[in-house]
Amino acid sequence: MNINERNIKIWSTIGARATLGIAALELAKEIDNLMVLTCDVSTSAGLDRFRKTYPEKYLDLGIAEQNMIGVAAGLASENFNVITTTFAPFQTMRCCEQIKVNIGYMKQKICMVGIASGLALGTFGYTHCCIEDVGVLRSIPGMTIISPADSLETVKALRAAVKSENPSYLRLTGTSNNPIIYNQDYEFKIGKSITLKEGKDITIFCAGSMVHQSLEAAKILETRNVSSKVVNMHTIKPIDKLAIEDSCNSELIVSVEEHNVIGGLGSAIAEHKSSLKKSPKQLFLGIKDTYSKGGNYKFLQEKHRLTPDKIVEDILLHIK
Amino acid sequence: MNTNTSNHIENIKSFTLNVRKNILEMAVAAGAGSAHFGGALSIAEIVSTLFAYQMKVDKKNPNWEERDRFILSKGHACLAYYAALCEIGYIAKEELKTFEKNDTNLLGHPVINRKLGIDFSNGSLGMGLSLGIGVAISSKKKKKNFNVYVIVGDGECNEGSVWEAAMAAPNFKLDNLYVIIDKNNFQQTGSNKEIMSVENLKDKWSSFGWHTVELDGHNIQELCNFFSNSKKIAKPKAVIANTIKGKGFSFSENNNDWHHSVLSKSFHEKALKELMEK
Repeated sequence: MNINERNIKIWSTIGARATLGIAALELAKEIDNLMVLTCDVSTSAGLDRFRKTYPEKYLDLGIAEQNMIGVAAGLASENFNVITTTFAPFQTMRCCEQIKVNIGYMKQKICMVGIASGLALGTFGYTHCCIEDVGVLRSIPGMTIISPADSLETVKALRAAVKSENPSYLRLTGTSNNPIIYNQDYEFKIGKSITLKEGKDITIFCAGSMVHQSLEAAKILETRNVSSKVVNMHTIKPIDKLAIEDSCNSELIVSVEEHNVIGGLGSAIAEHKSSLKKSPKQLFLGIKDTYSKGGNYKFLQEKHRLTPDKIVEDILLHIK
Repeated sequence: MNTNTSNHIENIKSFTLNVRKNILEMAVAAGAGSAHFGGALSIAEIVSTLFAYQMKVDKKNPNWEERDRFILSKGHACLAYYAALCEIGYIAKEELKTFEKNDTNLLGHPVINRKLGIDFSNGSLGMGLSLGIGVAISSKKKKKNFNVYVIVGDGECNEGSVWEAAMAAPNFKLDNLYVIIDKNNFQQTGSNKEIMSVENLKDKWSSFGWHTVELDGHNIQELCNFFSNSKKIAKPKAVIANTIKGKGFSFSENNNDWHHSVLSKSFHEKALKELMEK
């Protein structure tokens, strides 16, 4: 895949969803046994070109997510390399038990992609938002969960997940005109977090759309004499334990996620942190276990205090 | 196997007799743990016809690429499945005695184990037909000729996911996919009529686009005829197999107390005696 400045800009403009389609097109060129399965969302998932270019590698199951996972598992059992995709709530919870039995228990290797996760579809209401997917899937043994920070990371994460031996879930957040985190190629490794900014006072762990917000928050914190380390925890499972251990010299650990504060990135960090002899306090930023009234993406990020300003305000309340 | 010799019916009958013997052996070995007895006995002839006659299997290689695939969607009936796998030599007689024991390969619902010829884990109802669709599509994409056989329970047809799959198979023109619906008229806590009516199954499957036939699921000749007559029909095939839950033993036939029950030594002896008299 041609990773250059121009493409990175294009992918950022079209957003992670449409970039998914481009990334799948590239993978189809090199992976003979690739299959992409959807549930009547080809256009939403940027797969229209894929559908037309590789009809033999594409299956639309209609609006039937439970069946999609079963069919995907049947194909995977015959050594097809399968990607499934639909909107995040339907990709994860509508077919949750099929995921447990077929992908978890039976270990069929499938890469699931949940599009428009988090709060992006807030005007549609919480049927279409997804603040529970990480919590739900994290409890299924053997499942890798990745939340890419921008469109380039979506490309790299999809490739890594499809080429991995393990089943996985890619959680795509954000909309079109996604901020660019990576403006050139870099090494992406499942399970290995990336420190985007060094800092000595606090450590901010973030994933997906919250990486940009956290970097912006860190800039503001610098003006308040708070030095923040910002870590892109793109893989939520398996969590990068070493990165958590390395952050224990900080005065405060902050987790920032566009997800319920129960069960997501913050919980994954806390689970490991609680096993360490000495570790700092953790501030959980995210959706506080509630279904709020809906609204557009920006409105909901403000409401749930996930904008740089609000992140800064909350952090400052928790440091000396 | 499909040897199509004149005595194939007798061969299948003898296979079925051994399947029932194996079922008894496992059920008694389960002891106080009890076993899903009734729903295994209702599919004994169906499983035997598949494994002893209809399906392509290689007795020496459970993973033979060209083999027909089998999915027991009503996974709780695994006594019949394990019994048949034992008869074709994939599961040793001794191993049957480990049924539902700690650390066994033979739990109360099938767990994927390619060495034993178990291609999928099942147990949660309503999932097997979707798997079958994926496998049937694979057969076509890989330009193979294998068929896929899925056994679904009538109670299982309460699950909405069965109908998602029922809708999809004709859409993908999967003429290599067979579903056998074990219509024994009971589910866990009562008859279908009492719990959730699944009447007119033939009309239902047929209206979804399946070539659908209703037959006596204990009549081996009828089962064989169906498979040979439907080979060239360019649709997925559904069999509504009218069966008797607990078939084979006077105490268990049509007695839903034997859905999941303990086979005591005295019942075991009674059952063996009845089997020998047939």
